[in-house]
Amino acid sequence: MIEARGLTKRFGSRLAVDALSFDVRAGRVTGFLGPNGSGKSTTMRLILGLDHPDAGHAAISGRRYRDLGWPLREVGALLEARAWHPGRTARSHLAALAASNGIGRRRVDEVLGMVGLAEVAGQRTGKFSLGMAQRLGIAAALLGDPPVLLLDEPVNGLDPAGIHWIRDLLRALAVQGRTVFVSSHLISEMALMAEHVVVIGQGRLLADEPVADLAGRAPSLEDAFLRLTGAATEYQGREGATSREGGHDG
Amino acid sequence: MMAERAGHYRFRHVAQMEWIKLRSLRSTWWTLGITVCGATAMAIVIGLNTRNAAGDLTNNALAGVVPGLLLTGVLGVLMMTSEYTSGMIRATLAAVPGRGLVLAAKAAVFGIVALATGEAAAFISFAAGGAALRHGIAAPALTQPGVLRAVLLAGASFSLVGLLGLGLGAIVRHTAAAIAVLVGGVYLAAQFVGVVAHGAAGYMPVLIIGNSLTTTKPDNCPPHAALCPHFLSAWAGLGMLCLYAAAVLGIGAWLLARRDA
Repeated sequence: MIEARGLTKRFGSRLAVDALSFDVRAGRVTGFLGPNGSGKSTTMRLILGLDHPDAGHAAISGRRYRDLGWPLREVGALLEARAWHPGRTARSHLAALAASNGIGRRRVDEVLGMVGLAEVAGQRTGKFSLGMAQRLGIAAALLGDPPVLLLDEPVNGLDPAGIHWIRDLLRALAVQGRTVFVSSHLISEMALMAEHVVVIGQGRLLADEPVADLAGRAPSLEDAFLRLTGAATEYQGREGATSREGGHDG
Repeated sequence: MMAERAGHYRFRHVAQMEWIKLRSLRSTWWTLGITVCGATAMAIVIGLNTRNAAGDLTNNALAGVVPGLLLTGVLGVLMMTSEYTSGMIRATLAAVPGRGLVLAAKAAVFGIVALATGEAAAFISFAAGGAALRHGIAAPALTQPGVLRAVLLAGASFSLVGLLGLGLGAIVRHTAAAIAVLVGGVYLAAQFVGVVAHGAAGYMPVLIIGNSLTTTKPDNCPPHAALCPHFLSAWAGLGMLCLYAAAVLGIGAWLLARRDA
């Protein structure tokens, strides 16, 4: 279970995440939707303690991320593709992360097999395709067999077979009782993958409800999403004008 | 999966991660190998061309240390900045949210590797430089006064400059900028300060290494020389270098903890 309470993050004068509160429950795939630049990645970095919030807090199973004893065994995260040294092999990259959390070497080969990279485990990752890179990122997230998974745009760069694979994998992980939180800007993909969605726009919470409820309010899920996020953009325009009058709050 | 896991990551776990990261890059071994070979080659060339038996032959044999330090310093910088370039830093800090511990582990692992490399470079250079002496000049021996100390501290200086680079990498975060600060601070500032403020010249890292740590015949200024800088003793010089490395690493750790990754 992931909790966000009043999460707020400012970059200069721009409010990237604005008093965001939501819960991500275990046992289902929760989609995290929003237009590009709406604050999805920043929210994930705040949950993982990588960025420091200006206000509010996030908790994983009731604890702040930095208080976790073995973070990789509690939370698996995929943040960005190719976030490793291109000269290192897939196996070395995972072995380094495993060592930091006291995870055995056997588990490294196990996750490499799970994501279909066993045969290229000894190759340097600089030559990996984007699809292979995403698979390695997912292998890293699964390394500690964590009850909570946070994945930022995991289907990016995957071919149809890869997308199908990750959809099945994430659903299976959720059925096992894990908390699965997946961001995407692809609404059609979310409609297939997630049971529940958290929608944000301009860093604010716009919806937190079952996919079926959101889709039911418009001809399609996409229409419902565009209505929600379109309204957020207009609202932001007015808010921008007021904060400029306010002056020195950045 | 759901069971509560007891325990907590410790320094040894983080150090093991950093050791795997360091050793799994070919560039690490190339750089360290070139450091040793370069210092040795320089010692041989100087040995072959030495004609003055009264000079500091040990210091001559260790002449490759100062240029070789640049490689170790750059490797130290890269150990930090390459993680920012690739985005690996976020994987590292998600695995180990204790950021001070991450930098401490990097410093320990790299410090030891650079020390081992530095000592190898220093002892091999010393032996090769002595063996290359011609013109009937006897090679210096480790048993002579100050010689073993000079060779040992020459090796240690690799580690200390490497740690300086690591700390600068943590502060600056961009490879090119951090290397520029390292070269500017360690090499160029010494030239500049040497001209502007003679009193302070002896406190510059390069001059400490060249004139305090690796010399067996310290500070041979001619009498009444007004422009002769005062050099620190070997042990005071070592302390000064440790202080520089500790200060830069301390600032780096403080910034690493405060800033967004």
